[in-house]
Amino acid sequence: MAWPGVARSARLLGINSSGASSMLPPVFGVLFDGLAYGMLLFLLSVGQSVTLGMMNFINLAHCSFAMLGGYLTVTLMSRYGWSFFATLPCAFVVAAVVSVGFERTLFRRLYRASELDQVLLTIGIVFISVAVAAYVFGTDQQPLQLPHYLRSSLTFMGIRFAVYRLVLVGLALLITLALVIGLDYTRFGARVRAAVDNERMARGLGIDVDRTFAITFALGSGLAGLGGALAIEIVGLDPSFAFTYLIYVLIVVSVGGLGSISGSFVAAIVLGISDVAGKYYIPQLGAFLIYLVMISLLMWRPLGLLGKR
Amino acid sequence: MSAPALATRGLAKSFGSLVVARDIEIELPKGVRYALIGPNGAGKTTLINLMTGMLQPGAGRIFLDDSDITALPPEQRVRRGLVRTYQINSLFPHLTALESITLAVCERTRAARIWWRQLNAYPHEIDEAHDILVALKLGSACHRLTREMAYGQQRLLEIALALATRPKVLLLDEPAAGVPREESQELFAAIAGLSSDITVLFIEHDMELVFRFASRIIVMVGGRVLMQGAPHEIANDPQVRAVYLGNTPAKILHGPRHG
Amino acid sequence: MALSETSIDPQLYLVEQTRWRPAEIVFWLATLLPYLLFPNYLSLASQIAIAALFALSLDLILGYAGIVSLGHAAFFGIGAYTAGLLSKYGWGEPLSGLVVAAFAAGVVGYATSFVICRFRHLALIMLTLGFGLLLAELANSLGWLTGGMDGLQGIHTWKLLGTFPFDLYGRAAYAYALAVLFVLFLFTRRLIHSPFGLSLRGIRENFVRMPAIGAPSRAHIRTIYTIAACIAGVAGALLAQTTETVSLDSLGFERSAEVVVILVLGGAGRLYGGLVGATIYLIARDQFSGIVPQYWYFWIGILLVAVVIFLPNGILGGLAQFTARWSRK
Ligand SMILES: Nc1ncnc2c1ncn2[C@@H]1O[C@H](COP(=O)(O)OP(=O)(O)O)[C@@H](O)[C@H]1O
Ligand SMILES: [Mg+2]
Repeated sequence: MAWPGVARSARLLGINSSGASSMLPPVFGVLFDGLAYGMLLFLLSVGQSVTLGMMNFINLAHCSFAMLGGYLTVTLMSRYGWSFFATLPCAFVVAAVVSVGFERTLFRRLYRASELDQVLLTIGIVFISVAVAAYVFGTDQQPLQLPHYLRSSLTFMGIRFAVYRLVLVGLALLITLALVIGLDYTRFGARVRAAVDNERMARGLGIDVDRTFAITFALGSGLAGLGGALAIEIVGLDPSFAFTYLIYVLIVVSVGGLGSISGSFVAAIVLGISDVAGKYYIPQLGAFLIYLVMISLLMWRPLGLLGKR
Repeated sequence: MSAPALATRGLAKSFGSLVVARDIEIELPKGVRYALIGPNGAGKTTLINLMTGMLQPGAGRIFLDDSDITALPPEQRVRRGLVRTYQINSLFPHLTALESITLAVCERTRAARIWWRQLNAYPHEIDEAHDILVALKLGSACHRLTREMAYGQQRLLEIALALATRPKVLLLDEPAAGVPREESQELFAAIAGLSSDITVLFIEHDMELVFRFASRIIVMVGGRVLMQGAPHEIANDPQVRAVYLGNTPAKILHGPRHG
Repeated sequence: MALSETSIDPQLYLVEQTRWRPAEIVFWLATLLPYLLFPNYLSLASQIAIAALFALSLDLILGYAGIVSLGHAAFFGIGAYTAGLLSKYGWGEPLSGLVVAAFAAGVVGYATSFVICRFRHLALIMLTLGFGLLLAELANSLGWLTGGMDGLQGIHTWKLLGTFPFDLYGRAAYAYALAVLFVLFLFTRRLIHSPFGLSLRGIRENFVRMPAIGAPSRAHIRTIYTIAACIAGVAGALLAQTTETVSLDSLGFERSAEVVVILVLGGAGRLYGGLVGATIYLIARDQFSGIVPQYWYFWIGILLVAVVIFLPNGILGGLAQFTARWSRK
């Protein structure tokens, strides 16, 4: 099995191939592609951040749910001829439902367990998911037949933007907005905030933290599933996805700070832009810079940029 | 008069908007048995956390034997003789009682840095640990895993751990918390029997025990020191009575026991 | 001493703990069996010995000091590349190669330990992971030195002690790996039963209490992290010397995860956990991957889930519980 970390999909550098911007100065192209990539990372990691902040449960299998969303989209499109946009809600719902099944049966046993146990169990699930994906779909990259208009690009003020990336950024911004509003203005959001803030106190106030957590967990995994579906066009999809992006998600979460949506948002964009820029300008260093930035940030602020407490 | 064993000057701490310590001025003369009393949430445990360095104060200074220890990390304060126990047991569940105390003794003698010699090369440390356990009537349990010991024995082990560091000032956070009344009498008898070189400050809610074993009392309310003085002064003070819900001295004597 | 309340003398009890048990002697005698029973599997046996040594080094920090590391392969890889490069550039003497490798890994371990000792929990896991990934990327981008993706070629290990050549059947390799494992095991065993070892268990059992008994936990963690790095470096060097190649995956995330699996499978914090785990893991992998290599990860996943749910203290922990229950009946 191919392991992550060394050679990642060259598709990421859309600048050179299908991407936006062969005509504009690379710096804009890099920024835009980095932004789109960062949005993707945000979708993949926001759920992890909130659930970690709430229960301190380290779920390394988060990206397995994202991968599930991706494979579902591919299957629905190629086998059953669904349109791309119709598959997206499906990816969300199925990832959410499956994840909550795991949460109710397996994960909840470990909320009070050591972090080692949490790491082991969930990494075990990653192993299983990777093997199952390889068994069912093979180890090749999955083909994705996007409609033609999504593959084209727009020219705006003399700058060309890939439509798909524009759609991705727009969608992610909408979701972020919905999340922020939902968290700040709904009763459920208030419960989530209370539980992240101080679990014991929330329980004391009569909030059903377990239920709140299960729903949040499902929402977060659903977003990951959606992210997985949206990611195929940008980074490709093969069974190692669950590992490769796990590392990115962990970076976003730990740099952004547990339980912080805005922290994850900022961290994802910074990471997305610096990863794309690093690979474009200093390709020989690979992901070296990213890891260096992550380590330095963690040492500087172990609870993340905007972490709680 | 010689320098106090432990003193605080203008100690303050808040958690967000909650002020849990406000301008605390305390002086513990050498060898005295002090009691620290006050209702739940008064900030007693927080004060111990501040003095031992588990929490950083927002303002103020702490002096041990006249030297400023405010900036020292907790383990160095312990090395200088300022030691605490915990209100809620904080022990080593899978070590035996003897191992736990030997560990503390070895840390004190710095044998704990030695990784190239086995423990059986340190008979003095082991004997000392055993003697401490025997002195606290834990000798028969010394090979039992901590988690399998009775709760009362675990409370004693808390104290034994502190004693193994050879404290000069010992801060006991509700040593008898959760212990049945008869046992807590014994426990306090053991505390009273400690060498008179050790200055002791203990938190306790049972006023009978407080009046029996303390020579001075500090009353804390809402993060402030309400008053300090000899037991009879405290017992007859109207302010103190008011804090205990306007109770009569008799009620104070059998006040609330939980924390 | 006051009354004779104790049933066992305190000194004797601690001496008893350091005494060699019959099961231990049987275990070490059994490590010689491959020469008699499975002469065709000697290179597998030396792989097992190397993995066991690596897991033993992880046990020191994970099992005894409670530091969950997802980047321990960094030190394994440093050891492997050090020994490999030394040999490639003209010095193939194995024993001194081990020493140099241990030193190199130890230096890096000591440097990083200053960061490691300041963190716990998720930040610590992330930092170990980050250091591991960083080093792997570094090795990848320094292709002129490490050989990059192709691995380090041109290693030649001299005869062991100037007399025993490393043959194709792995006879010398296994003897060499086993001897090094045994010596370092003795070292580790002694360390665990030292006052320092007791402090490590204290750190694992209750990190928060340690400062309250005057323990400099950070200094302890720095020491053990450095020692564990040295031993991991020796394990890596053994692999480089006996296989005469070093590839990037000797310091990748995969190897870091694998060694955690091996240790936890055997049972962390039990000295023999890594040894038992390595034996079972590598034999199983050898059997399974003969059939369908891909599905190995499926079974590893199932195994991990099962161990966490049913055998939280690993195989040795389960055995200990079983025998304890048995003898009580
Ligand atoms: N880490 C903390 N964060 C926020 N509030 C705290 C913390 N520790 C204690 N408190 C609060 O400080 C107040 C004093 O607590 P404490 O010192 O434990 O009281 P006492 O020991 O006198 O019962 C309480 O209201 C408690 O809720
Ligand atoms: Mg208290």
